[in-house]
Amino acid sequence: MKEYTYTEKKDTRSGFGVGLLELGRTNPNVVALCADLIGSLKMDAFKKEFPERFYQVGIAEANMMGLAAGMTIGGKIPFTGTFANFSTGRVYDQIRQSIAYSGKNVKICASHAGLTLGEDGATHQILEDVGMMKMLPHMTVINPCDFNQTKAATIAIADYEGPVYLRFGRPAVPNFTPADQKFEIGKAVMLNEGTDVTILATGHLVWKAIEAGHKLAEKGINAEIINIHTIKPLDDEAILKSVGKTKCVVTAEEHQMNGGLGDSVAQLLGRQLPAPLEMVAVNDSFGESGTPDQLMEKYGLSTENIVAAVERVISRK
Amino acid sequence: MNPHNKSIEELKEIAAQVRRDIVRMVHAVNSGHPGGSLGCTDYFVSLYFRVMKYKPSPFNMDGEGEDLFFLSNGHISPVWYSVLARAGFFEVSELATFRKINSRLQGHPATEEGLPGIRVASGSLGQGLSVAVGAAQTKKLNKDNNLVYVLMGDGELGEGQIWEAAMYAAHNKVDNLIATIDRNYQQIDGGTEEVLALGDLRQKFEAFGWHVLEADGNNFETLLPALEDAKKATGNGKPVMILMNTEMGFGVDFMMGSHKWHGVAPNDEQLEIALQQLAVEQASDY
Repeated sequence: MKEYTYTEKKDTRSGFGVGLLELGRTNPNVVALCADLIGSLKMDAFKKEFPERFYQVGIAEANMMGLAAGMTIGGKIPFTGTFANFSTGRVYDQIRQSIAYSGKNVKICASHAGLTLGEDGATHQILEDVGMMKMLPHMTVINPCDFNQTKAATIAIADYEGPVYLRFGRPAVPNFTPADQKFEIGKAVMLNEGTDVTILATGHLVWKAIEAGHKLAEKGINAEIINIHTIKPLDDEAILKSVGKTKCVVTAEEHQMNGGLGDSVAQLLGRQLPAPLEMVAVNDSFGESGTPDQLMEKYGLSTENIVAAVERVISRK
Repeated sequence: MNPHNKSIEELKEIAAQVRRDIVRMVHAVNSGHPGGSLGCTDYFVSLYFRVMKYKPSPFNMDGEGEDLFFLSNGHISPVWYSVLARAGFFEVSELATFRKINSRLQGHPATEEGLPGIRVASGSLGQGLSVAVGAAQTKKLNKDNNLVYVLMGDGELGEGQIWEAAMYAAHNKVDNLIATIDRNYQQIDGGTEEVLALGDLRQKFEAFGWHVLEADGNNFETLLPALEDAKKATGNGKPVMILMNTEMGFGVDFMMGSHKWHGVAPNDEQLEIALQQLAVEQASDY
């Protein structure tokens, strides 16, 4: 099992903030909108340095999505910022009609996704956002794993023409992705080559998959671990190649089982390469208040859950 | 400068031809929305043949150096399609494809098929004002001094997003925007004041910080000066709203004044009667 090291834990939302600031300096067409959550989204630095390109929208997310669609007309690249819940479910029809169906170059940047939002509870812990966004034609869905990757993804999506949903979160997680690693949309990142099982992880579950890989190695299981930072378009080629070798798969994500990464992988394998599949994801349930660690454990998204899923899936080969 | 710049007499003739297109288009597919389309015909003809500055061909999505128009109440697509075709965005003959399979003229306006003249999809109501405000802010960033127009229905004002956008536009002094509300007092289920009363829209929008004008949307002699007044009101720190009184179904007597023709097509006999009432000197039906 390959060793990954990190010097500090950082929140992915801060990676977004730093990436956005860099974009401000390098791309004059980038504009940013925020619905009264500048601090939470780490957009302060962009706002301070580029006040003329920053739009405070207030608590009016539907208007924010419409504004962003309109701002693309004339060549601007709007980045909207609010919590994942208010970036998706609250404004689904605005995104569907004014952004996705209209093919607008809007980057929907969503923080505080999933259970790791913590104590605020289920009203804010959206676990359906990936599903909603990936169902929309034309939409690209990205869920990076750490600070460096979120920064790189933020910068990369500005160069891509079309609507993007960029999902990140609140907790500090190990920042292990090399700072100079190029972010390629739709291109999975191989973290550990193995032969016994394929673990496909996204977002905060990527580090847990690495931890699981070490525990599995102690048990003599050689896991192939792949970071699926782009859920749509899915890197079919990388997944099929890996599963062709290992013959079984575990997916891991901080999202509902319905509509998430595991659901996309099941569709791919069902059509092209049927293989035993286990999903580490939330099973048709809302979250609740608690610390992020307590919630990840209670809802079955821990390192131990990945290990157990691997043992189950191998037994089904 | 408007590429056509027609006289009032010519505008009247074009409007009659556009109304002929509308009833023929909805009749041909036995679906679509003639009522609001007929009511707003004079407004569309005024914008595209006299008031707005634009280049119909080749169509430029970014619209730099042009005035932009957005239709929020997308269901009145027949009037927009007819006017776009007759203004030179695409061939008039394409109107015959309205609402048919493989057409660029979707039931509600869309960009997906690449129809020239459309910059955003609309149909699900309440979104157009936000989009127009966003486009107007990009014009300001780009130092493009041209204007952004948007039309909304009055029934559509039930959507909360419009009021979000109204607050935002005033707060941010989006004064390169001329919004218009088609005040025909009708929506699908009946009168607007019965379904969900809108009350005094002038007071409401003034309270929201807008510069508000009123106009008769079915009379070129007063509508054109009102549109000029609206232009003069831009650049003064406030977004501009025209409350435009229209009659749903205007021009076809049996369609006028009733919500019943909101989304119903005329039958063969009704079409003939309508076309007789919409006579033009030289009809150029598609």
